[in-house]
Amino acid sequence: MTEERAEKFLELFNKGKEFTEELLRENQRLRYRLASLETEGTAGFNEEVQRLRSEVQQLTEENRRIAQRFKEVEEENKDFANRYIEVEEQNNNLANLYVASYQLHSTLDFREVIQIVQEIVINLIGAESFAILLLDEKTNELKAIASEGEDVMPGIESISTRLGDGILGSVAKTGESYYINQDLEDGGKVSLDKPLAAVPLKIKEHVIGLVVIYKLLQQKDSFSAVDYELFSLLAAHAATAIFSSKLYSQSERKLNTIQSFLDLLTTTS
Amino acid sequence: MALDNANFLVVEDSPTMRQLISFSLKRFRNARILEAVDGVDALKKLSGPDRIDLILTDINMPVMDGLKLVSLVRQNAQLKNIPIIIITTEGAEEDRERGLALGANAYISKPIQSSHLIKTISELLAAV
Repeated sequence: MTEERAEKFLELFNKGKEFTEELLRENQRLRYRLASLETEGTAGFNEEVQRLRSEVQQLTEENRRIAQRFKEVEEENKDFANRYIEVEEQNNNLANLYVASYQLHSTLDFREVIQIVQEIVINLIGAESFAILLLDEKTNELKAIASEGEDVMPGIESISTRLGDGILGSVAKTGESYYINQDLEDGGKVSLDKPLAAVPLKIKEHVIGLVVIYKLLQQKDSFSAVDYELFSLLAAHAATAIFSSKLYSQSERKLNTIQSFLDLLTTTS
Repeated sequence: MALDNANFLVVEDSPTMRQLISFSLKRFRNARILEAVDGVDALKKLSGPDRIDLILTDINMPVMDGLKLVSLVRQNAQLKNIPIIIITTEGAEEDRERGLALGANAYISKPIQSSHLIKTISELLAAV
């Protein structure tokens, strides 16, 4: 009886031993599995981090490129806006020039041409006080034939100077425009013989007179860069218009004289 | 109102300025431009059959000046709502104030910049 119990106990003990050994093996296997899973997990995680880092780097680079392009486009936009303003200004100047030349060459009447030159100088150049001087080639004398703003610059209507004398005379002699900004002496004080601007009326290199400006309109502080160019172009058109109208009126006068002479001859014979 | 098909009346004694202003107004599609040499001539054109959408007038003109014209237009029941722009060589602040006080909608000093003129006209016509 005791032996039987001992055998049963031994059997039970052996079963317990086997079970314990099995548990230990399972434990060992699971620990091994856990360790391998941990190793695998870290490697995957590191790979993912690496991938994301590279993606971030790519996106940062792309962002930098886009920012750079944006800056370039913005600069281009500014350039286009500035160019648009320039084109608008050019359009305006061309329109002014077109209208001025159209008007100047629309008549052969000398007084009318002078009136148009005056309108142009007031309305397009923005002058308040100015004179138009013509050169008498026989006496080499420059004389005012029209003026505006006598109240601002008394004596403007009777300006008279010899070719080569003073600022006006030398502008007529050299054919080079004069602007007071170019003159550093005397603080830019304007007087009858020292105007704000003097532009020669030239047909090619032949000077026939001057447009002399003494004061600009109140709302116009100074000449702008394009004014100089426009002024010279207008002066060239004005010169040909004045010269042609003068020739035309002279030929008309001569024609009338000849006609009267012929009439006289035919009636007396 | 639409900027296209607008009828303008340019009141200016200087043919050069009339042509220059008319030239700028051609930027508006199908613009019709009537011209008058002074205030009296302008009133004649305004009482004619043509609808006028905007008046551009100088101040210093013979027979009737621009300020008198502005004043008469504003007193006329049929014409009083027409926008008026004064374009003049008179650039003093008191001249501007006087022009606007008489009823002008805008005051532009010569020499004019076409782009400025176009912008002012567009704003006035858009507000009608």
